Amino acid sequence: MGNNCADSVLIIGAGQAGIQVADSLRAEGHTGPITVLNNEVHHPYQRPPLSKDYMGVDWPSEPLPLRGPGFLEAKGITMLGAEATSVDTAARTVHLADGTSIGYSQLVFATGAANRQLPCPGADLAGVHALRTLDDALGLQDALSTARKVVVIGAGFIGLEFAAGARTRGLDVTVLEFAQRPMGRALSAMASDWFAARHLADGIDLRLNEGVTAIHDAGEGLSVESTAGRAYPADLVLYGVGVNPRTDLAEAAGLEVQNGIVVDAALQTAVSGVWAVGDCASFQHAASGERMRLESVQNATDQGRHVARTIMGANAAYSETPWFWSTQGPIRLQIAGVSHPGDLPVMIGDPAAGKFSIALLREGKLAAVESVNSPADHIAARKLIGLGLELTAGDITTAGFTFKALAKEVLMVGS
Amino acid sequence: MPTITFTQPTGEATEVTVEEGTSLMRAAVTNGIEGIVGECGGQAMCATCHVFVRPEFAGQLADLSADEDEMLDCTTAERTEASRLGCQIKMSTELDGIVVDVPSDQV
Repeated sequence: MGNNCADSVLIIGAGQAGIQVADSLRAEGHTGPITVLNNEVHHPYQRPPLSKDYMGVDWPSEPLPLRGPGFLEAKGITMLGAEATSVDTAARTVHLADGTSIGYSQLVFATGAANRQLPCPGADLAGVHALRTLDDALGLQDALSTARKVVVIGAGFIGLEFAAGARTRGLDVTVLEFAQRPMGRALSAMASDWFAARHLADGIDLRLNEGVTAIHDAGEGLSVESTAGRAYPADLVLYGVGVNPRTDLAEAAGLEVQNGIVVDAALQTAVSGVWAVGDCASFQHAASGERMRLESVQNATDQGRHVARTIMGANAAYSETPWFWSTQGPIRLQIAGVSHPGDLPVMIGDPAAGKFSIALLREGKLAAVESVNSPADHIAARKLIGLGLELTAGDITTAGFTFKALAKEVLMVGS
Repeated sequence: MPTITFTQPTGEATEVTVEEGTSLMRAAVTNGIEGIVGECGGQAMCATCHVFVRPEFAGQLADLSADEDEMLDCTTAERTEASRLGCQIKMSTELDGIVVDVPSDQV
Protein backbone atom coordinates (compact mmCIF):
# COMPACT_ATOMS: atom_id res chain seq x y z
CA MET A 1 0.00 0.00 0.00
CA GLY A 2 1.36 3.38 -0.94
CA ASN A 3 1.56 6.48 1.16
CA ASN A 4 -1.64 8.49 0.99
CA CYS A 5 -0.46 11.37 3.14
CA ALA A 6 -2.09 14.08 1.02
CA ASP A 7 -5.39 12.26 0.32
CA SER A 8 -8.60 13.90 1.40
CA VAL A 9 -10.12 11.85 4.22
CA LEU A 10 -13.80 11.99 5.16
CA ILE A 11 -14.86 10.53 8.50
CA ILE A 12 -18.54 9.87 9.21
CA GLY A 13 -19.04 10.17 12.96
CA ALA A 14 -17.48 12.39 15.65
CA GLY A 15 -17.42 9.91 18.51
CA GLN A 16 -14.37 8.35 20.10
CA ALA A 17 -13.42 6.37 16.96
CA GLY A 18 -13.94 9.12 14.39
CA ILE A 19 -12.07 11.78 16.34
CA GLN A 20 -9.23 9.33 16.98
CA VAL A 21 -8.81 8.67 13.25
CA ALA A 22 -8.52 12.42 12.59
CA ASP A 23 -6.12 12.98 15.49
CA SER A 24 -3.90 10.00 14.59
CA LEU A 25 -3.75 10.95 10.90
CA ARG A 26 -2.26 14.31 11.84
CA ALA A 27 0.05 12.69 14.41
CA GLU A 28 1.30 10.34 11.66
CA GLY A 29 2.04 13.27 9.37
CA HIS A 30 -1.04 13.37 7.15
CA THR A 31 -1.14 16.72 5.33
CA GLY A 32 -4.30 16.46 3.22
CA PRO A 33 -7.78 17.70 4.07
CA ILE A 34 -9.60 15.89 6.90
CA THR A 35 -13.33 16.36 7.39
CA VAL A 36 -15.41 14.91 10.23
CA LEU A 37 -19.21 14.77 10.06
CA ASN A 38 -20.83 15.33 13.45
CA ASN A 39 -24.56 14.59 13.65
CA GLU A 40 -24.88 15.98 17.19
CA VAL A 41 -25.06 19.68 18.05
CA HIS A 42 -22.42 19.36 20.79
CA HIS A 43 -18.65 19.58 20.51
CA PRO A 44 -17.43 15.92 20.48
CA TYR A 45 -17.59 14.55 24.03
CA GLN A 46 -16.87 11.40 26.03
CA ARG A 47 -19.81 9.07 26.52
CA PRO A 48 -18.62 6.65 29.26
CA PRO A 49 -19.05 9.13 32.16
CA LEU A 50 -22.69 9.77 31.16
CA SER A 51 -23.94 6.54 32.75
CA LYS A 52 -21.49 6.73 35.69
CA ASP A 53 -20.48 10.04 37.39
CA TYR A 54 -23.35 11.84 35.66
CA MET A 55 -25.99 9.78 37.43
CA GLY A 56 -24.53 10.05 40.95
CA VAL A 57 -25.01 12.79 43.50
CA ASP A 58 -22.16 15.06 42.50
CA TRP A 59 -22.26 15.26 38.73
CA PRO A 60 -19.95 17.44 36.65
CA SER A 61 -21.45 20.63 35.25
CA GLU A 62 -19.79 20.32 31.84
CA PRO A 63 -19.34 17.30 29.55
CA LEU A 64 -15.80 16.04 29.16
CA PRO A 65 -14.70 16.88 25.60
CA LEU A 66 -12.90 14.28 23.47
CA ARG A 67 -10.40 17.02 22.61
CA GLY A 68 -10.13 20.63 23.70
CA PRO A 69 -12.07 23.41 21.96
CA GLY A 70 -9.13 24.67 19.89
CA PHE A 71 -7.95 21.21 18.85
CA LEU A 72 -9.73 20.86 15.51
CA GLU A 73 -8.66 24.28 14.31
CA ALA A 74 -5.08 23.79 15.48
CA LYS A 75 -4.84 20.50 13.58
CA GLY A 76 -6.57 21.78 10.46
CA ILE A 77 -9.49 19.38 10.85
CA THR A 78 -12.84 20.52 9.46
CA MET A 79 -15.91 19.49 11.42
CA LEU A 80 -19.31 19.76 9.79
CA GLY A 81 -22.52 19.57 11.76
CA ALA A 82 -24.18 17.41 9.16
CA GLU A 83 -25.93 14.11 8.62
CA ALA A 84 -24.82 11.94 5.70
CA THR A 85 -27.77 10.60 3.73
CA SER A 86 -26.05 8.43 1.11
CA VAL A 87 -22.64 7.28 -0.05
CA ASP A 88 -21.61 6.69 -3.65
CA THR A 89 -18.43 4.64 -3.48
CA ALA A 90 -17.99 4.61 -7.28
CA ALA A 91 -18.04 8.42 -7.47
CA ARG A 92 -16.28 8.68 -4.06
CA THR A 93 -18.91 11.12 -2.87
CA VAL A 94 -21.04 11.47 0.26
CA HIS A 95 -24.38 13.26 0.04
CA LEU A 96 -25.59 15.31 3.02
CA ALA A 97 -29.04 16.09 4.40
CA ASP A 98 -28.77 19.75 3.35
CA GLY A 99 -28.50 18.72 -0.32
CA THR A 100 -24.77 19.32 -0.66
CA SER A 101 -22.15 16.64 -1.22
CA ILE A 102 -18.48 16.06 -0.42
CA GLY A 103 -15.88 14.09 -2.36
CA TYR A 104 -13.20 11.96 -0.71
CA SER A 105 -10.20 9.77 -1.42
CA GLN A 106 -10.49 7.78 1.82
CA LEU A 107 -13.78 7.26 3.65
CA VAL A 108 -14.05 6.08 7.25
CA PHE A 109 -17.31 4.86 8.75
CA ALA A 110 -17.28 5.66 12.47
CA THR A 111 -21.04 5.71 12.75
CA GLY A 112 -21.25 3.96 16.13
CA ALA A 113 -24.36 2.28 17.42
CA ALA A 114 -27.93 3.21 18.30
CA ASN A 115 -29.96 2.04 21.28
CA ARG A 116 -32.40 -0.75 20.65
CA GLN A 117 -35.94 0.41 21.23
CA LEU A 118 -37.96 -1.13 24.01
CA PRO A 119 -40.34 -3.50 22.22
CA CYS A 120 -43.41 -3.08 24.42
CA PRO A 121 -46.49 -0.84 24.64
CA GLY A 122 -45.87 2.38 26.55
CA ALA A 123 -42.18 2.66 25.64
CA ASP A 124 -42.82 6.18 24.31
CA LEU A 125 -44.54 7.54 27.44
CA ALA A 126 -43.10 10.60 29.17
CA GLY A 127 -40.85 9.41 32.00
CA VAL A 128 -39.42 6.50 30.00
CA HIS A 129 -35.78 7.20 29.16
CA ALA A 130 -32.90 5.71 27.20
CA LEU A 131 -29.28 6.76 27.72
CA ARG A 132 -26.76 7.28 24.97
CA THR A 133 -26.23 10.97 24.29
CA LEU A 134 -25.37 14.01 26.40
CA ASP A 135 -28.94 15.26 25.90
CA ASP A 136 -30.26 11.94 27.24
CA ALA A 137 -28.02 12.30 30.31
CA LEU A 138 -29.11 15.89 30.95
CA GLY A 139 -32.76 14.82 30.72
CA LEU A 140 -32.10 12.01 33.20
CA GLN A 141 -30.38 14.35 35.65
CA ASP A 142 -33.52 16.48 35.70
CA ALA A 143 -35.73 13.44 36.14
CA LEU A 144 -33.52 12.00 38.91
CA SER A 145 -33.71 15.19 40.93
CA THR A 146 -37.44 14.67 41.55
CA ALA A 147 -37.79 10.88 41.22
CA ARG A 148 -38.31 8.50 44.16
CA LYS A 149 -39.04 5.15 42.54
CA VAL A 150 -36.92 4.06 39.60
CA VAL A 151 -37.42 0.99 37.41
CA VAL A 152 -34.52 -0.07 35.19
CA ILE A 153 -35.25 -2.42 32.30
CA GLY A 154 -32.23 -4.54 31.36
CA ALA A 155 -29.37 -5.55 33.67
CA GLY A 156 -26.58 -4.84 31.20
CA PHE A 157 -23.73 -2.39 31.81
CA ILE A 158 -25.80 0.75 31.19
CA GLY A 159 -28.73 -0.45 33.30
CA LEU A 160 -26.58 -1.45 36.27
CA GLU A 161 -24.32 1.61 36.14
CA PHE A 162 -27.42 3.78 36.15
CA ALA A 163 -29.08 1.70 38.89
CA ALA A 164 -26.00 1.98 41.13
CA GLY A 165 -25.92 5.77 40.57
CA ALA A 166 -29.61 6.08 41.43
CA ARG A 167 -29.00 4.05 44.63
CA THR A 168 -26.25 6.45 45.73
CA ARG A 169 -28.91 9.16 45.47
CA GLY A 170 -31.04 7.14 47.91
CA LEU A 171 -33.77 6.22 45.42
CA ASP A 172 -35.77 2.99 45.38
CA VAL A 173 -34.40 1.01 42.44
CA THR A 174 -35.86 -2.09 40.81
CA VAL A 175 -34.03 -3.75 37.91
CA LEU A 176 -35.92 -6.15 35.63
CA GLU A 177 -33.88 -8.55 33.49
CA PHE A 178 -35.54 -11.16 31.31
CA ALA A 179 -32.41 -13.34 31.23
CA GLN A 180 -31.12 -15.57 33.99
CA ARG A 181 -28.09 -13.42 34.81
CA PRO A 182 -27.05 -9.75 34.77
CA MET A 183 -24.51 -8.77 32.06
CA GLY A 184 -24.88 -12.35 30.85
CA ARG A 185 -23.51 -11.77 27.35
CA ALA A 186 -20.33 -10.09 28.55
CA LEU A 187 -19.43 -11.90 31.78
CA SER A 188 -18.78 -15.45 32.93
CA ALA A 189 -21.59 -16.97 35.02
CA MET A 190 -19.26 -16.86 38.05
CA ALA A 191 -18.72 -13.10 37.76
CA SER A 192 -22.32 -12.43 36.84
CA ASP A 193 -23.61 -14.31 39.90
CA TRP A 194 -21.27 -12.33 42.16
CA PHE A 195 -22.62 -9.04 40.75
CA ALA A 196 -26.22 -10.17 41.20
CA ALA A 197 -25.63 -10.94 44.88
CA ARG A 198 -23.69 -7.73 45.44
CA HIS A 199 -26.34 -5.46 43.89
CA LEU A 200 -29.06 -7.16 45.96
CA ALA A 201 -26.96 -6.64 49.09
CA ASP A 202 -26.54 -2.96 48.16
CA GLY A 203 -30.31 -2.54 48.11
CA ILE A 204 -31.11 -2.84 44.41
CA ASP A 205 -34.20 -4.98 43.87
CA LEU A 206 -32.73 -7.04 41.02
CA ARG A 207 -35.30 -9.36 39.48
CA LEU A 208 -33.94 -11.94 37.05
CA ASN A 209 -35.96 -14.08 34.62
CA GLU A 210 -38.49 -11.26 34.58
CA GLY A 211 -39.12 -9.17 31.47
CA VAL A 212 -41.45 -6.27 30.75
CA THR A 213 -44.76 -6.62 28.96
CA ALA A 214 -46.08 -3.05 29.06
CA ILE A 215 -45.71 0.36 30.66
CA HIS A 216 -48.87 2.27 31.62
CA ASP A 217 -49.57 5.81 32.64
CA ALA A 218 -50.99 5.30 36.13
CA GLY A 219 -52.03 8.91 36.65
CA GLU A 220 -49.53 9.79 39.39
CA GLY A 221 -46.61 8.11 37.66
CA LEU A 222 -45.96 5.01 35.62
CA SER A 223 -46.69 1.35 36.15
CA VAL A 224 -44.33 -1.24 34.71
CA GLU A 225 -45.92 -4.63 34.13
CA SER A 226 -43.72 -7.69 34.08
CA THR A 227 -43.83 -11.17 32.58
CA ALA A 228 -44.31 -12.47 36.14
CA GLY A 229 -47.64 -10.64 36.31
CA ARG A 230 -46.39 -8.00 38.74
CA ALA A 231 -46.82 -4.24 38.41
CA TYR A 232 -44.05 -1.89 39.60
CA PRO A 233 -44.86 1.76 40.26
CA ALA A 234 -42.22 4.16 38.95
CA ASP A 235 -41.74 7.85 38.37
CA LEU A 236 -38.69 7.19 36.21
CA VAL A 237 -38.05 4.27 33.86
CA LEU A 238 -34.66 3.75 32.23
CA TYR A 239 -34.18 1.04 29.63
CA GLY A 240 -30.88 -0.34 28.39
CA VAL A 241 -31.63 -3.35 26.22
CA GLY A 242 -28.62 -3.35 23.93
CA VAL A 243 -27.63 -1.52 20.77
CA ASN A 244 -27.62 -2.03 17.03
CA PRO A 245 -24.62 -0.93 14.95
CA ARG A 246 -25.46 2.02 12.70
CA THR A 247 -24.99 0.39 9.32
CA ASP A 248 -27.82 1.78 7.17
CA LEU A 249 -25.62 4.14 5.15
CA ALA A 250 -23.04 1.43 4.45
CA GLU A 251 -25.67 -1.12 3.53
CA ALA A 252 -27.42 1.29 1.15
CA ALA A 253 -24.02 1.94 -0.45
CA GLY A 254 -23.73 -1.76 -1.25
CA LEU A 255 -21.18 -2.64 1.43
CA GLU A 256 -21.47 -6.00 3.18
CA VAL A 257 -23.19 -5.81 6.57
CA GLN A 258 -23.41 -8.67 9.06
CA ASN A 259 -23.99 -7.40 12.59
CA GLY A 260 -21.73 -4.48 11.64
CA ILE A 261 -19.96 -3.19 8.56
CA VAL A 262 -17.79 -6.09 7.42
CA VAL A 263 -14.08 -5.22 7.25
CA ASP A 264 -10.93 -7.30 6.80
CA ALA A 265 -7.99 -7.70 9.15
CA ALA A 266 -6.74 -4.22 8.20
CA LEU A 267 -10.26 -2.79 8.94
CA GLN A 268 -10.93 -2.07 5.24
CA THR A 269 -14.23 -2.94 3.55
CA ALA A 270 -14.31 -4.81 0.24
CA VAL A 271 -14.05 -1.37 -1.43
CA SER A 272 -10.49 -0.05 -1.45
CA GLY A 273 -10.16 3.18 0.54
CA VAL A 274 -13.37 2.61 2.53
CA TRP A 275 -12.89 1.66 6.19
CA ALA A 276 -14.95 1.07 9.32
CA VAL A 277 -13.90 1.48 12.97
CA GLY A 278 -15.39 1.20 16.43
CA ASP A 279 -18.89 0.07 17.45
CA CYS A 280 -20.12 -0.15 13.83
CA ALA A 281 -17.36 -2.46 12.52
CA SER A 282 -17.48 -6.26 12.26
CA PHE A 283 -13.83 -7.24 12.02
CA GLN A 284 -11.60 -10.29 11.96
CA HIS A 285 -9.44 -10.23 15.07
CA ALA A 286 -5.93 -11.27 14.00
CA ALA A 287 -4.80 -12.83 17.29
CA SER A 288 -7.85 -15.03 17.86
CA GLY A 289 -9.08 -15.42 14.28
CA GLU A 290 -12.62 -14.65 15.47
CA ARG A 291 -14.98 -12.27 13.71
CA MET A 292 -16.32 -9.82 16.27
CA ARG A 293 -17.91 -6.45 16.86
CA LEU A 294 -17.03 -4.69 20.09
CA GLU A 295 -18.56 -1.74 21.89
CA SER A 296 -15.80 -0.11 23.90
CA VAL A 297 -13.54 2.92 24.13
CA GLN A 298 -10.43 0.77 23.70
CA ASN A 299 -11.79 -0.77 20.50
CA ALA A 300 -12.78 2.63 19.11
CA THR A 301 -9.47 4.33 19.82
CA ASP A 302 -7.15 1.44 18.91
CA GLN A 303 -9.01 0.84 15.64
CA GLY A 304 -8.95 4.58 14.92
CA ARG A 305 -5.18 4.62 15.35
CA HIS A 306 -4.82 1.47 13.25
CA VAL A 307 -6.74 2.84 10.27
CA ALA A 308 -4.83 6.13 10.42
CA ARG A 309 -1.51 4.27 10.30
CA THR A 310 -2.76 2.03 7.47
CA ILE A 311 -3.92 5.00 5.39
CA MET A 312 -0.43 6.42 5.93
CA GLY A 313 1.15 3.28 4.47
CA ALA A 314 1.54 0.78 7.33
CA ASN A 315 0.62 -2.80 6.51
CA ALA A 316 -0.47 -4.79 9.57
CA ALA A 317 -3.44 -6.78 10.80
CA TYR A 318 -5.38 -5.31 13.72
CA SER A 319 -4.61 -7.43 16.79
CA GLU A 320 -4.96 -5.35 19.97
CA THR A 321 -6.21 -7.23 23.04
CA PRO A 322 -9.75 -5.99 23.78
CA TRP A 323 -10.44 -4.52 27.21
CA PHE A 324 -13.50 -3.06 28.87
CA TRP A 325 -14.50 -1.43 32.12
CA SER A 326 -17.57 -0.59 34.13
CA THR A 327 -18.06 1.20 37.42
CA GLN A 328 -21.18 0.34 39.38
CA GLY A 329 -21.26 2.37 42.57
CA PRO A 330 -18.07 1.43 44.46
CA ILE A 331 -17.42 -1.63 42.26
CA ARG A 332 -14.77 -1.37 39.58
CA LEU A 333 -14.98 -4.06 36.91
CA GLN A 334 -12.22 -4.44 34.34
CA ILE A 335 -12.22 -7.11 31.66
CA ALA A 336 -9.29 -8.13 29.44
CA GLY A 337 -10.01 -10.37 26.47
CA VAL A 338 -13.36 -11.77 25.34
CA SER A 339 -14.82 -14.76 27.18
CA HIS A 340 -16.85 -17.58 25.65
CA PRO A 341 -19.62 -19.57 27.36
CA GLY A 342 -17.52 -22.77 27.44
CA ASP A 343 -14.40 -21.24 29.07
CA LEU A 344 -13.16 -22.72 32.35
CA PRO A 345 -13.46 -20.10 35.13
CA VAL A 346 -10.81 -19.99 37.85
CA MET A 347 -11.26 -17.68 40.85
CA ILE A 348 -8.27 -15.92 42.39
CA GLY A 349 -8.58 -13.47 45.26
CA ASP A 350 -11.32 -12.83 47.81
CA PRO A 351 -14.87 -12.54 46.43
CA ALA A 352 -16.31 -12.07 49.94
CA ALA A 353 -14.14 -8.96 50.34
CA GLY A 354 -15.07 -7.75 46.83
CA LYS A 355 -11.51 -7.96 45.47
CA PHE A 356 -10.81 -10.79 43.03
CA SER A 357 -10.26 -11.85 39.45
CA ILE A 358 -11.69 -14.69 37.42
CA ALA A 359 -9.41 -16.21 34.79
CA LEU A 360 -11.15 -17.79 31.81
CA LEU A 361 -9.16 -20.64 30.31
CA ARG A 362 -9.81 -21.97 26.81
CA GLU A 363 -7.94 -24.94 25.36
CA GLY A 364 -5.35 -24.67 28.12
CA LYS A 365 -4.65 -21.00 27.45
CA LEU A 366 -5.59 -17.73 29.12
CA ALA A 367 -8.48 -16.25 27.07
CA ALA A 368 -9.86 -13.52 29.34
CA VAL A 369 -9.63 -12.14 32.87
CA GLU A 370 -12.47 -10.42 34.71
CA SER A 371 -11.20 -8.27 37.59
CA VAL A 372 -13.22 -6.69 40.39
CA ASN A 373 -11.41 -3.96 42.31
CA SER A 374 -8.12 -5.54 41.19
CA PRO A 375 -6.46 -3.30 38.59
CA ALA A 376 -3.04 -4.95 38.95
CA ASP A 377 -4.51 -8.26 37.75
CA HIS A 378 -6.22 -6.47 34.88
CA ILE A 379 -3.14 -4.63 33.68
CA ALA A 380 -1.05 -7.81 33.80
CA ALA A 381 -3.79 -9.76 31.99
CA ARG A 382 -3.85 -7.22 29.17
CA LYS A 383 -0.17 -7.95 28.61
CA LEU A 384 -0.51 -11.74 28.95
CA ILE A 385 -3.58 -12.43 26.78
CA GLY A 386 -2.53 -12.74 23.20
CA LEU A 387 0.84 -14.30 24.06
CA GLY A 388 -0.79 -17.73 23.75
CA LEU A 389 0.61 -18.78 27.11
CA GLU A 390 -0.19 -22.30 28.40
CA LEU A 391 -1.85 -21.98 31.79
CA THR A 392 -3.79 -24.43 33.98
CA ALA A 393 -6.25 -23.97 36.82
CA GLY A 394 -3.60 -25.55 39.05
CA ASP A 395 -1.04 -22.88 38.07
CA ILE A 396 -3.45 -20.10 38.99
CA THR A 397 -4.56 -21.55 42.32
CA THR A 398 -0.98 -22.28 43.43
CA ALA A 399 -0.14 -20.25 46.56
CA GLY A 400 1.72 -17.07 45.66
CA PHE A 401 0.50 -16.88 42.04
CA THR A 402 -0.27 -13.41 40.76
CA PHE A 403 -0.87 -12.24 37.19
CA LYS A 404 1.51 -9.37 37.84
CA ALA A 405 4.39 -11.70 38.79
CA LEU A 406 3.64 -13.93 35.80
CA ALA A 407 3.62 -10.97 33.41
CA LYS A 408 6.90 -9.74 34.83
CA GLU A 409 8.49 -13.17 34.43
CA VAL A 410 7.18 -13.80 30.91
CA LEU A 411 7.92 -10.33 29.55
CA MET A 412 11.43 -10.27 31.07
CA VAL A 413 12.24 -13.56 29.37
CA GLY A 414 10.76 -12.32 26.12
CA SER A 415 12.67 -9.03 26.03
CA MET B 1 -9.51 29.82 41.55
CA PRO B 2 -6.37 27.64 41.52
CA THR B 3 -3.98 27.59 38.60
CA ILE B 4 -2.03 24.72 37.07
CA THR B 5 1.06 24.96 34.88
CA PHE B 6 1.58 22.15 32.36
CA THR B 7 5.14 21.91 31.03
CA GLN B 8 5.72 20.00 27.80
CA PRO B 9 8.85 17.95 27.04
CA THR B 10 9.85 20.85 24.75
CA GLY B 11 9.84 23.20 27.74
CA GLU B 12 6.74 25.07 26.58
CA ALA B 13 4.57 25.92 29.60
CA THR B 14 0.83 26.63 29.66
CA GLU B 15 -1.00 28.00 32.68
CA VAL B 16 -4.71 27.30 33.16
CA THR B 17 -7.13 28.43 35.86
CA VAL B 18 -9.87 26.08 37.03
CA GLU B 19 -12.63 25.82 39.61
CA GLU B 20 -11.89 24.06 42.86
CA GLY B 21 -12.74 20.36 42.72
CA THR B 22 -11.90 20.05 39.01
CA SER B 23 -9.51 17.20 38.27
CA LEU B 24 -6.15 18.03 36.74
CA MET B 25 -7.00 15.71 33.81
CA ARG B 26 -10.29 17.53 33.11
CA ALA B 27 -8.48 20.86 33.33
CA ALA B 28 -5.97 19.65 30.74
CA VAL B 29 -8.49 18.11 28.35
CA THR B 30 -10.95 21.02 28.42
CA ASN B 31 -8.09 23.46 27.81
CA GLY B 32 -6.58 21.41 25.00
CA ILE B 33 -3.28 20.65 26.72
CA GLU B 34 -1.26 18.46 24.36
CA GLY B 35 -0.19 15.07 25.72
CA ILE B 36 -2.97 14.50 28.28
CA VAL B 37 -5.49 12.08 26.81
CA GLY B 38 -7.89 10.93 29.54
CA GLU B 39 -9.28 8.17 27.36
CA CYS B 40 -11.45 6.56 30.07
CA GLY B 41 -13.08 9.82 31.13
CA GLY B 42 -11.46 10.04 34.54
CA GLN B 43 -12.10 6.58 36.00
CA ALA B 44 -8.44 5.63 36.60
CA MET B 45 -8.88 2.85 34.06
CA CYS B 46 -6.55 3.80 31.20
CA ALA B 47 -3.48 5.60 32.61
CA THR B 48 -3.40 8.08 29.70
CA CYS B 49 -3.42 11.18 31.92
CA HIS B 50 -0.03 10.39 33.46
CA VAL B 51 1.85 13.45 34.74
CA PHE B 52 5.03 14.08 36.72
CA VAL B 53 4.30 16.35 39.68
CA ARG B 54 7.17 18.68 40.63
CA PRO B 55 8.54 17.59 44.02
CA GLU B 56 7.73 20.88 45.77
CA PHE B 57 4.00 20.12 45.32
CA ALA B 58 4.10 16.39 46.04
CA GLY B 59 3.48 16.90 49.77
CA GLN B 60 0.18 18.70 49.14
CA LEU B 61 -1.33 15.82 47.15
CA ALA B 62 -3.66 13.21 48.58
CA ASP B 63 -1.94 9.85 49.11
CA LEU B 64 -1.85 7.36 46.26
CA SER B 65 -4.83 5.01 46.36
CA ALA B 66 -4.16 1.32 45.73
CA ASP B 67 -6.01 1.62 42.41
CA GLU B 68 -3.96 4.58 41.21
CA ASP B 69 -0.76 2.89 42.35
CA GLU B 70 -1.58 -0.25 40.37
CA MET B 71 -2.64 1.68 37.25
CA LEU B 72 0.60 3.71 37.32
CA ASP B 73 2.42 0.46 36.64
CA CYS B 74 1.14 0.52 33.07
CA THR B 75 1.95 4.04 31.94
CA THR B 76 3.56 4.35 28.52
CA ALA B 77 6.31 6.74 29.66
CA GLU B 78 8.24 5.11 32.48
CA ARG B 79 6.89 5.66 35.98
CA THR B 80 8.98 7.69 38.42
CA GLU B 81 8.50 8.80 42.03
CA ALA B 82 6.80 11.92 40.66
CA SER B 83 4.20 9.97 38.63
CA ARG B 84 0.49 10.52 39.28
CA LEU B 85 -2.71 10.15 37.28
CA GLY B 86 -4.16 13.56 36.49
CA CYS B 87 -7.72 12.28 36.90
CA GLN B 88 -7.04 11.52 40.58
CA ILE B 89 -5.70 15.01 41.43
CA LYS B 90 -8.57 17.25 42.56
CA MET B 91 -7.63 20.91 42.42
CA SER B 92 -7.88 22.94 45.63
CA THR B 93 -6.52 26.22 46.97
CA GLU B 94 -3.67 24.24 48.58
CA LEU B 95 -2.62 23.09 45.10
CA ASP B 96 -2.78 26.61 43.61
CA GLY B 97 0.26 27.13 41.37
CA ILE B 98 1.04 23.42 40.93
CA VAL B 99 3.48 22.62 38.14
CA VAL B 100 3.38 19.27 36.34
CA ASP B 101 5.50 17.87 33.53
CA VAL B 102 3.68 16.15 30.67
CA PRO B 103 5.36 12.91 29.54
CA SER B 104 6.46 12.43 25.94
CA ASP B 105 4.01 9.55 25.39
CA GLN B 106 0.63 8.44 26.76
CA VAL B 107 -0.34 5.56 24.43
